[in-house]
Amino acid sequence: MRSTESNVTQSITQVIAASSLGTLIEWYDFYIFGSLAVIIGQQLFPSDAGASALINTLAIFAAGFIVRPFGALVFGRLGDLIGRKYTFLLTLVLMGGSTFLIGLIPSYSSIGYAAPILVLILRLVQGLALGGEYGGAATYVAEHAPVGRRGFFTSWIQTTATLGLFLSLGVIVLTKNILGAKNFADWGWRIPFLVSILLVVVSIYIRMKMHESPVFSKLKAEGKVSANPLKESFQKKANFKMVLVALFGATMGQGVVWYTGQFYAQSFLENTCKLDFNESRYILLWAIVFATPFFVIFGSWSDKVGRKWIMLTGMLLGVICYRPIYQYFLDTTKVKEMQKTMLLSESEPVVERGLVPGKADSLITTTVTKTLTNGMTFKESKVEIITEDVLAEVPAVQTVIKDVTLSQSSYIMVILLVFFQVVLVTMVYGPIAAFLVELFPTQIRYTSMSLPYHIGNGVFGGLVPFIATLIASFQGSTPLSGLWYPIGIAALSFIIGAVYIDNRRGDNVMD
Amino acid sequence: MSGLKKILGLLWIVLGPVIIIFLFMQAADKIAAATEGIARTNTTLQWAIIILIFIPICTGLVIFGYYAWKGEYDHLPESSEEL
Repeated sequence: MRSTESNVTQSITQVIAASSLGTLIEWYDFYIFGSLAVIIGQQLFPSDAGASALINTLAIFAAGFIVRPFGALVFGRLGDLIGRKYTFLLTLVLMGGSTFLIGLIPSYSSIGYAAPILVLILRLVQGLALGGEYGGAATYVAEHAPVGRRGFFTSWIQTTATLGLFLSLGVIVLTKNILGAKNFADWGWRIPFLVSILLVVVSIYIRMKMHESPVFSKLKAEGKVSANPLKESFQKKANFKMVLVALFGATMGQGVVWYTGQFYAQSFLENTCKLDFNESRYILLWAIVFATPFFVIFGSWSDKVGRKWIMLTGMLLGVICYRPIYQYFLDTTKVKEMQKTMLLSESEPVVERGLVPGKADSLITTTVTKTLTNGMTFKESKVEIITEDVLAEVPAVQTVIKDVTLSQSSYIMVILLVFFQVVLVTMVYGPIAAFLVELFPTQIRYTSMSLPYHIGNGVFGGLVPFIATLIASFQGSTPLSGLWYPIGIAALSFIIGAVYIDNRRGDNVMD
Repeated sequence: MSGLKKILGLLWIVLGPVIIIFLFMQAADKIAAATEGIARTNTTLQWAIIILIFIPICTGLVIFGYYAWKGEYDHLPESSEEL
């Protein structure tokens, strides 16, 4: 008896390891492109800022918002027709192959416009593969998991998106530190892309040795596989209404909480609070390290108390806490005001002279590094433009604050607040795979759960930076106005989830 | 709870078109504000993708509201036989 239990546990451990490793690699592949977008732009895109922005728009918007949900439909259908194992093997090959090939594309100076076009095509393939991967991995693990422990086992899949981000940041920082900034910018940036193929080969080898999901195999043996999963998922009212409630009552709110905690926080600290580049990344890395175990904690807890209220509590806490948290970020980095009463020392000024791009006007930048009595440091640059035309109006001197480093106590406090936001991510994201799997029948599970997941994450979550910036451009807006988008969407999703979703816990997935 | 589900259904039915109208107004505003040339093409492309994606999502919200109004969510299926 004990031996049988041990075999079952070992088998599930292998299933989780095989599925999670592949999904983690897919997230890693997806993120390194985003993290290295600036260098890719310099190496593979034309120097003309306009054309470059256009290609970037297509790469980011199309890959994230159109191709990802489309991938969910294409591979979801395939997974419900031919099986989970071969479908998510295919997505892994597509993702790994396209990532590897991005690392091999010659520079724009060598092959001209072929370079950005190849980047765009490969980025679209990445989006397509990502759209197909998650649903397969989550379904595969859930269909192996014993009753009453589905939340716990699928939560391991849920850690992969965060760990993929962590791995991508880690590999990039490591490669850059070993090669130096210049070599990294010249050719070293290709290494994180090329390394991907090794990870993918290992993952394919492991996945090849796995068996098809027992639930799907049984269905196939009984000849009950769906003939047309797309039609059954979206044309059959009884199922389509569940797809809608999954999207509006769960994944939509989950997507914005996820992106706010893991991307917007770091971007806000760097761009709005002017925190030092490395400091803002280290804050996120520490927060991720300490918060990641909570995916498993909340996934496991959802087996006992149900999925619904854990996810909705995460959304509600986001709605309540985002504004005070971001207000603290602003207050703690107001060095312009702080220096009036707390200035301790000031370095010798460093003067740089140059030309205004595209003009004959001179640009003089004078930078001083200031230290405050609480230990904070920052750089203050005065930018002066000397116009060539002596009769022209003299532009005002601009003062720019950058590279703010925090005092030790505020550094710890900011880590704690970002950690809290990532814990909210774990609340909404940890139980969601089990929740989605239990909502749909085996015949159309892959198709039905993939679409709401990728619309929630890819569209609602992915649009957080764009819409936050849009709101911040409205008249009378403040630096915190952008938060109304995640707050509004999370609140809407909370209401829909609270009213329309019932509290599921370990429902039958064998039918 | 069933009454609340139905009443909120009406709100979702209204919210769908409101969001689309808001997006169209924002798109027109931002495209007009962009400088002519490639910057305007870029802004138009961004907004075209967003509207293209949100039209089916908002249609989904209207259908969701309609189902809620019709009482489709008064009882959620608990097994595949009910689907």
